[in-house]
Amino acid sequence: MTNEEIKAYISLIAPEASFDETGEWLNMLIQSNDIKSLAIALRGQPMQMDFLFNLTCVDWKTHLTMVYHFTSTKDRSVNLVVKANLDRNNPAIETLSNIWRTAEMLEREVFEMFGVQFLNHPDLRRLILEEATPNGYWPLRKDFEDPINMIKL
Amino acid sequence: MYNQTEIIKDTTNLGPEGELVVNMGPQHPATHGVLHLVVTLNGETINKIEPHLGYIHRSIEKMCESLTYRQFIYVTSRMDYLSSHINNTACALLVEKGMQIEVPERAKVVRTILNELTRIASHELWIGAMAMDLGAFTPFFYAFREREMITEIMEDTCGARLTMNYIVPGGLMYDIHPDFQTKVKAFIKQFKEKVTEYEDLVTGNVIFQSRTKGVGVLTAEDAISYGCSGPVARASGVSCDIRKIAPYDAYDRVEFEEVIETAGDSFARYIVRVKEMNQSIRIIEQLIDAIPEGDFVGKTKNVLKLNKGEFYQRVETARGELGVYIVSEGGTTPYRIKFRSPGFSNLSVLDHIAKGSKIGDLMATMGTLDLVIPDIDR
Repeated sequence: MTNEEIKAYISLIAPEASFDETGEWLNMLIQSNDIKSLAIALRGQPMQMDFLFNLTCVDWKTHLTMVYHFTSTKDRSVNLVVKANLDRNNPAIETLSNIWRTAEMLEREVFEMFGVQFLNHPDLRRLILEEATPNGYWPLRKDFEDPINMIKL
Repeated sequence: MYNQTEIIKDTTNLGPEGELVVNMGPQHPATHGVLHLVVTLNGETINKIEPHLGYIHRSIEKMCESLTYRQFIYVTSRMDYLSSHINNTACALLVEKGMQIEVPERAKVVRTILNELTRIASHELWIGAMAMDLGAFTPFFYAFREREMITEIMEDTCGARLTMNYIVPGGLMYDIHPDFQTKVKAFIKQFKEKVTEYEDLVTGNVIFQSRTKGVGVLTAEDAISYGCSGPVARASGVSCDIRKIAPYDAYDRVEFEEVIETAGDSFARYIVRVKEMNQSIRIIEQLIDAIPEGDFVGKTKNVLKLNKGEFYQRVETARGELGVYIVSEGGTTPYRIKFRSPGFSNLSVLDHIAKGSKIGDLMATMGTLDLVIPDIDR
């Protein structure tokens, strides 16, 4: 599929999506409510984006942005980057762990590092930090301060 | 509660009371690092495996946000310490992509040779350690005999045996050692002679085969869904070699085969890695006499500044697909950096493939996933 076809196809599912082709791959910014329906559409025919190879989050100080990198094992030359902005005070987005199983662990990592709540996640617990870590302790956010262990350069 | 004097004959319907929780690690000889697995057992059968990470989490992603584009490469050597050249290559390629730096041909070829030597060294260590987990001690010494030759080559050229930090944005840190080509050729000669010894010792071994065949079977669909890459996915029949999909450095001009097996069990993962070493030797043989003369590093500015935007670079490490994702604001340090480490995704499949097998088989399953803990924890 060419970029134009992908754009037309995605506009049907997520009408408010905006596209950016300046980078290496096709980027799209969607509403966070659309992620589930878009993910199901990407996974099925005709796109068959069956390989979620990266899932992460970026803190922009005013909001958080979830970043998903998709590709298809049928055609590895097609790569898609899907982004969704989240409210920084109460970030929540639907989980993708029932569509791509790799998302389960990656979402747990994003949860403990950024505090993003993944709705309907089967097992949203801390993976790397201690389980007793209080909420509000989100290390990869930009305003994170640890007075004891942090070394500033 | 069960009666403590009564012998339990049927262990299938014991429920949560009959379950036994065993902590494997963080200090366990077979995890090769501080991996903590909470294994729920029903008799000898595994019901559930829960990994607990973070024992050596150094928060490399946060650290890199305050390091410049010349400095952050040194930290990445400490991620997957067995593939440190390849990690450095990923970061160097990304900075070169972001700044449009031209890399001299000599540097590209030397990088490719070093990457393949690293891959062989990593697989050698894996074969030794994996055989040791299953109770065979001799292969460890055999594998380390050849690995020692590679570490000596690295020591001559890079000045370090493990965390090399030799590949920098623009090319190489300094030129190769005068003896580099001679030593690599001597290594190839010895490796080709001795690799048959591993085959005799391990591959043809009846005990080894019966402990790995049909153990930890991973189907192709699950490998894709769990985001597996590298030898783990290729043993299940998924073609995923980044060197073929998106060639970098000198991989577009060498001939090699992507090793694919379809059985998906532990033995297939073993076979893939052994065959991969032979393919690496093939790549090195094509390049070692064709190292072009010229500069070893391209012209770069003293202070590196990436253009504003987002960059992603993939490379094939010994364990699979390593991705580096950088969000740049145009400054001298990355705004956000994320390492997509192959070990993290490969670990997530462990619960799925070991469920229902015996706890003794967990060693074989976990061993063939080739987990390197600093790569998972970052």
